[in-house]
Amino acid sequence: MSALYDVPGPAARRRTLIGTIVAAVALLAIAVVVIQRLAAQGQFTAEKWGSLLDPTNDVMPQVWSLLIGLGLRNTLAAASLAVIASLVLGTVIAITRLVSAPWYRWAVVGVVELLRGLPVVVMIFFAARALPEVGVELPGASREVNTLFYLVIGLTLYNMVIIAEIIRAGVNSLPRGQAEAASAIGLTRWQSLRLILLPQAFRTMLPALISQLVVILKDTALGFIISYPELLRESQIIVQTTKNPLQMYFVVAVIFIVINYSLGKLAEYVERRLSRGRKMSAAPAQPALVETTGQAGD
Amino acid sequence: MDVLVEHLGLYWRGVLTTLQISLYSGIGALVLGTIMAAFRVSPVPPLRAVGAGWVNGLRNTPLSVVLFMIAFGLPEIAINAPFFWFGVTGLALYTSAFVCEALRSGINSVPTGQAEAARAIGLTFGQTLGTVVLPQAFRTVVPPLGNVFIAMIKNSAIVGAVGVGGDLYSVGVQLTGSLGEAAIPVLTGVALGYLVLTLPAGLLLGYLERKVAIAR
Repeated sequence: MSALYDVPGPAARRRTLIGTIVAAVALLAIAVVVIQRLAAQGQFTAEKWGSLLDPTNDVMPQVWSLLIGLGLRNTLAAASLAVIASLVLGTVIAITRLVSAPWYRWAVVGVVELLRGLPVVVMIFFAARALPEVGVELPGASREVNTLFYLVIGLTLYNMVIIAEIIRAGVNSLPRGQAEAASAIGLTRWQSLRLILLPQAFRTMLPALISQLVVILKDTALGFIISYPELLRESQIIVQTTKNPLQMYFVVAVIFIVINYSLGKLAEYVERRLSRGRKMSAAPAQPALVETTGQAGD
Repeated sequence: MDVLVEHLGLYWRGVLTTLQISLYSGIGALVLGTIMAAFRVSPVPPLRAVGAGWVNGLRNTPLSVVLFMIAFGLPEIAINAPFFWFGVTGLALYTSAFVCEALRSGINSVPTGQAEAARAIGLTFGQTLGTVVLPQAFRTVVPPLGNVFIAMIKNSAIVGAVGVGGDLYSVGVQLTGSLGEAAIPVLTGVALGYLVLTLPAGLLLGYLERKVAIAR
């Protein structure tokens, strides 16, 4: 927003400098108070952090193998299964909605609105409670595999409709000429979707799809309510022995932030690359329009 | 469906608690998010860093983890309150990151030419911001901000799930758990409760969107 005011002169630069110093001092003061209080409560002792950070501590290898080897592995397993299922079902919903009769479209709109209006935690909980009641469970599977199954169902129900909407928006955002040219060379509606429209829609929607990955990954942390042994659930179990909840949840948060922040950066990178490609091809026509569409990516 | 009729009072209290959590968290998130958005566009580097750290940290952590850290962390820095308020605080902090991003992208989406043109015809800084940039930013902000708040109503279920209790989700847990009701009728009741809250909100948002929409 540098267009809002003139290039800062000496006086404005001095004000900024003073503001910087004041803000830095104030933030430092807050940090000092928080750290002092935490230290007074013994939150920085080796007893609290040793099991997480001290390699000579004898429980540390065990703690980390439970956190990463079991917890994070299960989190990623649930997330990837949910991603695959949501992508497949979301694509099916989007395609059928684009090519079918009106009554079917309305039915899909109804289901989409219903599923979007419910919290994902409700879906996970009731997948785990209601499905066994009506006899939906994996035959011969262990309890753990079954909770994974219910968690994935809950996550998929919630995310497939969002992904369907993303893909539909992607197809609708393509220039009309694409579909018209496809039907002009004799492709059927289904062929033009499969060969012309969907490949382009996936490309433009890739950043939004990657951002949805972050949502799915975060929501797997709700597996703890049905005792699926994912990262958060494992950390809860470990905390019962090590008695350091604050430190443990801090570490869990850092693990999630590292993974999700990288995914977010990947989405930004993909978006930049795609919009650069688009800009080059569309530049002669209307460069101003292209810039604003790039920002509507999320 | 007898469950619904029989426990209507319980469901009703659940809806009210969910609304209460959402209302308090929404106000907190709006205030905090606006402050953080101002931090992020300010010319003062430490404030920008705080804003960026705030958003990246909270946006990428699961809400349940945020809530656990609040519940175990705040008492350690001598801030004590009933558990309900820890839940509200956690949801407000988490949502504020999304509010901040919605506001910031709204301000950034106003083309620089608008501000340049405003200054070229001699408007002051205040006039440029107040009569040209912010009205346009507000229009682009309405849809994403509305979605953030609808998502927040749904996220209040997680606040209930980590132990605040009494909200619509917890009513479902109580009915299927200690009261031993069948899950499917109870699910229908809970789902209806959430839809009563989220569908009108979505319709209102759609109406607002059409009302303030601009073709850009």
